[in-house]
Amino acid sequence: MELTAYEQSIAGGASGEAAAMAMRIVAEAGRLLGAPHLIEIASVHVDGCLYHGDSGVYFAEKLVAEGGKVKVPTTLNVGALDLLHPERVRGDAHFRDMARRLMDAHLTLGCAQGFTCAPYQTGHRPALGEQVAWGESNAVAFANSVLGARTNRYGDFLDICAAIVGRAPYCGLHLDCNRRAQAVVSTDQISPELKHMDAFYPVLGAWLGATFGEAVAVVDGLPLHQSEDRLKAVGAGAASTGAVGLFHIAGVTPEAPTVSAVCDINQAERVPLTLEAVRATRDRLSTVSGDQIDAVAVGSPHFSLSEFSELATVARGRRFKIPFFACTGRDVIRALEGTEDRATLDVAGLTFVADTCVVVAPILPETGGVLMTNSAKFAHYGPANTGFDVIYGSLSDCVESAVAGRVIRDETLWR
Amino acid sequence: MILRGEVLIDGKAEGPLFRLGKPISFWGGVDPMTGRIIDPRHPDHGATVARTVLTLTETIGSSSSSAVMLELLSKGLAPCALLMGRPDAILTLGVVVAREIGIGSIPVLQVDVTRIPRAGNATIVEGGEISFAD
Repeated sequence: MELTAYEQSIAGGASGEAAAMAMRIVAEAGRLLGAPHLIEIASVHVDGCLYHGDSGVYFAEKLVAEGGKVKVPTTLNVGALDLLHPERVRGDAHFRDMARRLMDAHLTLGCAQGFTCAPYQTGHRPALGEQVAWGESNAVAFANSVLGARTNRYGDFLDICAAIVGRAPYCGLHLDCNRRAQAVVSTDQISPELKHMDAFYPVLGAWLGATFGEAVAVVDGLPLHQSEDRLKAVGAGAASTGAVGLFHIAGVTPEAPTVSAVCDINQAERVPLTLEAVRATRDRLSTVSGDQIDAVAVGSPHFSLSEFSELATVARGRRFKIPFFACTGRDVIRALEGTEDRATLDVAGLTFVADTCVVVAPILPETGGVLMTNSAKFAHYGPANTGFDVIYGSLSDCVESAVAGRVIRDETLWR
Repeated sequence: MILRGEVLIDGKAEGPLFRLGKPISFWGGVDPMTGRIIDPRHPDHGATVARTVLTLTETIGSSSSSAVMLELLSKGLAPCALLMGRPDAILTLGVVVAREIGIGSIPVLQVDVTRIPRAGNATIVEGGEISFAD
């Protein structure tokens, strides 16, 4: 691992102690990963402003105290508080104070205050081939796969350090050779009807993660017109059940106009996706069956404007009997202000959550119970993080169930 | 039996071996306040990683796992060593940051995890040598 003379001078303190510490941490990460050197990066998405304990706050405040500032455009992932609706998140004074201090420290370091896990849907969109350093597993998968930018899975601390020095270790998915697919997934056994259902895509993601871990696969045979919301759902699912940082969908994602463009067809492993595997994966996203339901949550990753529009279409003229939460970024909340969709959703009884989400902050009813969601990521992390059991369903299942006050799932297409 | 691991972070440690039944995301999988495995779908649900020599074939899941590792280290509830099938920049980075801000450090070694016993005790000395006892 070699540092340039400039990088060595930064590590030695030429730009202050914060930059020195950041450079040492980035260089140490490079050494751990076997990178030969660092590369300049164009932008960063920082996952480090979610409170996990006091030590992370002290780290961020140390960077502030030592004069740290980000060197490249940097967006922020969720925090542990909803700063737009402070009453949403429960928690004692210590928790609220420390969570706020962590968010504030990152703003002082010069990060933009998006507080969203879908920064790519609110303006932070690196170009095809651009080298970046992103944290938050779903955002990493999206940046690599859907935008064709190049990032490894940067964890807390490394992301803000990379932003302060404008450098990242040159290895992994930053290199062409590691972006090729080692496996080809065929989907001929899956019906076209299922492939046209939004609820198929989180399940596909969860299956990819569970099957391939961190290996790169290309999925063949899917419809060529895919919404970004579906693709983000694939990435979020894959990055929850596995360590997927990059996936390709032939004819859809930018590096895979064809299967052969992204892999050596003679060498790649061929893995058929079976209907049984799809059903089993979907079933694993639920921890209970039966018709009890106590709350619904959508928006992991954060809901986009188009997802709110779909929700409003299904929920128009109806009222939820149980709490229904939609998590999103403050930029999306702002864009919804005064719209007919917003009015429709307010009448239905939707609870908007901004800057954070129900799985990382204590927002769901304290009574516990069963949570329904259309998100593989909520379904995966919900039980451990919230104590709720989970049931996976489509967006329309979520609405029908919330209106009825009991679980209603349309099983037809999964048969 | 004695094995030599490749040193990712040097140090010494001694503790009971704990080999995860399957990979886990520390964020959402391990409680930073107690060190217990809280993912009900994980085969080791309920067990603690605290002060164990933890063997992991690979790391999965959320990139926030570094923060969970740092918090565990600051509370004295972290594993006393990590034996990893492959290097990662997530859990190990939590250890790097702990060292930078003066919280302490643990050895992290890259090893052939198939050669690590499932039970017993392990002693790790500086330079990456691991010895095992029942």
